[in-house]
Amino acid sequence: MKKLLLALASTAAVIGFASAAAAQEKAKVCFVYVGSKTDGGWTQAHDIGRLELEKQLGDKIETQFLENVPEGPDAERAIERMARSGCGLIYTTSFGFMDATIKIAQKFPDVKFEHATGYKSAPNVATYNSRFYEGRYIQGVIAAKMSEKGVAGYIASFPIPEVVMGINAFVIGARSVNPDFKIKVVWANTWFDPGKEADAAKALVDQGVDILTQHTDTTAPMQVAAERGIKAFGQASDMIAAGPKTQLTAIVDTWGAYYVKRTQAFLDGKWETTSSWDGLKDGILTMAPYTNMPDDVKKLAEDAEAKIKSGELKPFTGPLKKQDGSEWLAAGASSDDGTLLGMNFYVEGVDDQLPK
Amino acid sequence: MGIVEAILLSVITAATPLVIAALGELVTERSGVLNLGVEGMMVMGAVCAFVATQITGSPYLGILAGIVCGAVFSQLFAFLTLTLVANQVATGLALTLLGLGVSGMLGESFLGMQGIKLQPIVIPVLADIPFIGPLLFRQDIIFYLSIALVAGVHWFLFRSRVGLKLRAVGDSHASAHALGVNVIRTRYLAVMFGGACAGLAGAQLSLVYTPQWVENMSAGRGWIALALVVFSSWRPWRLIAGGYLFGAVSISQLHAQAFGIGIPSQFLSSLPYLATIVVLILISHNRRTTLINTPASLGKPFVPDR
Repeated sequence: MKKLLLALASTAAVIGFASAAAAQEKAKVCFVYVGSKTDGGWTQAHDIGRLELEKQLGDKIETQFLENVPEGPDAERAIERMARSGCGLIYTTSFGFMDATIKIAQKFPDVKFEHATGYKSAPNVATYNSRFYEGRYIQGVIAAKMSEKGVAGYIASFPIPEVVMGINAFVIGARSVNPDFKIKVVWANTWFDPGKEADAAKALVDQGVDILTQHTDTTAPMQVAAERGIKAFGQASDMIAAGPKTQLTAIVDTWGAYYVKRTQAFLDGKWETTSSWDGLKDGILTMAPYTNMPDDVKKLAEDAEAKIKSGELKPFTGPLKKQDGSEWLAAGASSDDGTLLGMNFYVEGVDDQLPK
Repeated sequence: MGIVEAILLSVITAATPLVIAALGELVTERSGVLNLGVEGMMVMGAVCAFVATQITGSPYLGILAGIVCGAVFSQLFAFLTLTLVANQVATGLALTLLGLGVSGMLGESFLGMQGIKLQPIVIPVLADIPFIGPLLFRQDIIFYLSIALVAGVHWFLFRSRVGLKLRAVGDSHASAHALGVNVIRTRYLAVMFGGACAGLAGAQLSLVYTPQWVENMSAGRGWIALALVVFSSWRPWRLIAGGYLFGAVSISQLHAQAFGIGIPSQFLSSLPYLATIVVLILISHNRRTTLINTPASLGKPFVPDR
């Protein structure tokens, strides 16, 4: 028995040394996902970014990921497990991981953390985000041109600034074309539930919208739109497969470039905490091909995209009023990023009461 | 199509999987076995139905595959809890976790594929009745099955001899055993029926509700089905009332939002659960009838003396 234990102990030691040696050769970069890496939306986009990272820096790093990590106490455990297992750099890829990331970062001051879409940082926690609203603005422009009824349906997840910002940008884009354009918002109160997202889509179509857009993760709304013969926008990934004759365009998250840039800085020892918020011009989001629309609409969308990239067009630029009619931005004034990141009000034209 | 009709159509689609899965669990629990693995069996049914449909091109074979998968998967639970007498609650939870994992693996290469939707079967003459026709007689086979199953199970439990034995096993397995009823075999079959129903409910998700496969697509519906069984106080017809009430409130709240009635959406989202609780309180005020219907041996292990 003693011999057996001894043998076991020495094997364990050897394995331990082996992995320590491997760790010295390759830095470990880890990802925590809120959904499944094949969800066809948000998490898949992050995983494509991770694969891109492996492709570019695969000789210097190895990557690891945990998927389907629920927001809340479980996230803390998952992030801590990653930190303990020797990850040097950890990307936590959901808004709801914010407090957990900050908490674990305090426990592991030598590990670097990057939290997506949040607003809390620390000496070893950087935040990164994408200006999705630029894409939403373009969608609004297209919607106003394509809708016959002048009403679009918006399937929203949770009333956080990110989502509210998207709704506002969509409306501002649409109203730049048709000042009377309206949207109906339905809060699904979930990121991921195909059935419920489909139900929300059906409810909106039954109430007369003829364009659908979504800020939830599955292709179920796109399917409903296809079935009912209306047009829709994809979210986070190109959803053209779910609606070859339905999708107008989609906001496609392309995180890869950011992951490569930041991981390289980490390897060079130049990593420092930042708060990065890139947009269309940096390639952190791209628009899926403009399809199922006449050429003049396509042209308009491409123009808007080009102007946003060049900085000539900023979606949140006055004159803009809040939903209650009060003045928000004077003509020519643009909103600062702080207001956008904490956005908790609607602009004029949203036919919904913002849940508090 | 009027708005009421549109809402009711969505309600039927949303309620059908709940009713079917709950019906299976009702029979399982009537035999004295508590299987918390409904969610896992359901998602297994969903993936099997989708994969089989993609391979064969026939959603009907898909339905069959869903039923078989759910039934076979449930036998793992039956073996562990009935033959090896493992704890039912823990095993059921494990079955759910296992089902979610295995289904993800099975379906991996079928992600993002366009599903084939199960087409409705139009019943001649009846389908032309205004209002009722399109709602009840232009539905897919799974909807018709759900109603037929409820009627069938009601008859089986309360009108047939075998059903009486099954209830006896659930109420007092020792007495049933003493009378010569094969308790273990009865429970195996009841668990299998529960699995088959959960599998069929899963098939409805991936072939009718949202014809696609994504991981965890049951999204908690198995747990709602479990709650519905208690809601119905183990009576089949009440499942329809419960399932449709839950579906109706869920769908109406989405419509209320789209209509813009200005009630906080978080409150609206919790309405289906609140409504269910209120009804539960109302129907359970009479403790005696509730006790009569609750299977007395529910969740208790049985080891036959040899």
